[in-house]
Amino acid sequence: MGVNDHNLSQQTLAGLAAGLADGDFSARELTEALLERIEATRVLNAFITVTPDLALEQADMADRRLAKGEGGPLNGLPIVHKDLFCTRGVLTTCGSRILDNFVSPYDATVVERLAAAGAVMLGKTNMDEFAMGSSNETSNFGPVKNPWDLSLSPGGSSGGSAAVVAARVVPAATGTDTGGSIRQPAALTGTTGIKPTYGRVSRYGMVAFASSLDQAGVITRSAEDAAMLLSVMAGHDPRDSTSVDHPVPDYVAGLERPVAGMKIGIVRQHFDEGLDAECGARVREALDALAAAGAELVEVDLPNIGLSVPTYYVVAPAECSSNLSRFDGVRFGHRADDPRDLHDLYCRTRGEGFGAEVKRRVMTGTYVLSAGYYDAYYLKAQKVRQLISEDFRRAFEKVDVIAGPTAPTTAFAIGEKTDDPITMYLNDIYTIGANLAGLPGISIPCGFAGKLPVGLQLVGPHFAEETLLACAHQYQGLTDWHKIGPGDVS
Amino acid sequence: MSLTKEQVEHIASLARLELRESEFDDVVAKLSRIVDFVDQLQAAPTDDVLPMAHPLNMTQRLRADEVTEPNARDDYQANAPAIEDGYYLVPKVID
Repeated sequence: MGVNDHNLSQQTLAGLAAGLADGDFSARELTEALLERIEATRVLNAFITVTPDLALEQADMADRRLAKGEGGPLNGLPIVHKDLFCTRGVLTTCGSRILDNFVSPYDATVVERLAAAGAVMLGKTNMDEFAMGSSNETSNFGPVKNPWDLSLSPGGSSGGSAAVVAARVVPAATGTDTGGSIRQPAALTGTTGIKPTYGRVSRYGMVAFASSLDQAGVITRSAEDAAMLLSVMAGHDPRDSTSVDHPVPDYVAGLERPVAGMKIGIVRQHFDEGLDAECGARVREALDALAAAGAELVEVDLPNIGLSVPTYYVVAPAECSSNLSRFDGVRFGHRADDPRDLHDLYCRTRGEGFGAEVKRRVMTGTYVLSAGYYDAYYLKAQKVRQLISEDFRRAFEKVDVIAGPTAPTTAFAIGEKTDDPITMYLNDIYTIGANLAGLPGISIPCGFAGKLPVGLQLVGPHFAEETLLACAHQYQGLTDWHKIGPGDVS
Repeated sequence: MSLTKEQVEHIASLARLELRESEFDDVVAKLSRIVDFVDQLQAAPTDDVLPMAHPLNMTQRLRADEVTEPNARDDYQANAPAIEDGYYLVPKVID
């Protein structure tokens, strides 16, 4: 059987790992096939940088290890990184003009760990500028197209990562999630996306947006593949003082935990008038399937969850306005021409380098932290955040996971929600709570509304990734939604 | 409109952001919309609530005060817009 008969881009990481181990194809053949697939699907605009030379070099190294019976758990397996993970010697733009010439001098810990496990990096994916957006439209490199319908957005901010995994270009991509940026695009593209517990994965080398909310995760086509990657990525890193020193379980071994006996919480507020009726129906069917498999559905209340979006839009912009002060045109990135003085250098560099949404968030953050407004906005939001976290803590005394919709609608048209920032912000109404409380969450495909995929979100208590992945994997054993792709996009 | 053009000019100056004249109306309208939206937090009763300082309510880890990073100045300066003799160049600050 020749390499082409394996349809390599259709396979999951687990399937590819078996094929490599059995000698059905080499890491070089796999890498060449996927690089071809990347070229054939350029219409998605999902990549900012493709790294064929580096990928083939890494693939050859993986083949040499394979020949010697060596190699880590991901030896020869392909991965692409969201373009806010620093990659040594490779452009790292964060989707922004202000970093459009930035070649990182070091690797992010996530990049380093995946490479050390043998993974082959094929490129860097497009994203909302500095991860600020829910549609991939704020990218300086143009919007990503949703492979289910090229006139639609794949969601964001990890839109490029979600689009390439959904379109069967690559099996897995890294992403980051500050308010839903892994889970929402996973839902809108019919992929599996996990945001771990705050501090579970190192943020070292991840360009910071909101440091108390940001967390790295992955987008894949199965919970099993997510478990394979997370087992490598998770763990304490001395270079990130907020990464947590907590044992990393073998997430793959944990997948076999049955859902029978699991208590699944249903939040009444998640099914109110904001939710599209057909999306709601698919989510209810998924809950019924889990109940039929022996899970117990329990109603829980999150009385303050309705305040999560306004809370987020104080806390996240405040942190972003501090973090983005480093972009000053002095040490790296874009610099305005012929500055009159230092103030002019700062103002014009940033005015030219940042897009409209990033400017709005920097200014919102500056406002809520400024003298006279700090108590009314920032301090108030951090108090409401405590109330929201407390609601979750109480709910998890009764249940193992909370299940509901990931997003209020299926994928929307590019350009549809750009006029009003609040309309865009409300895309993340179901996902933001987990970030505010530092909780892990996963989105998995649970059917279709019309021709478009719908996502089921599972949220767990701190460090319950194992439970989420097991529940998702068991659901994916009962259903085939995660195996259905959008068909040809090229 | 909850914010005036003057307030937005002041915020932009604090944030070191130059806005083009053509951007102003849109920025004032959208920032006002955002401020109005987050204003709904004011109604939440939070009298006895401690503000959240860490998502896991943890304290920051400490480490020994040891040098762990090598000097990589040349690597870092490769990205700089203007350098000379290992220094970063900026417009004259002091006369």
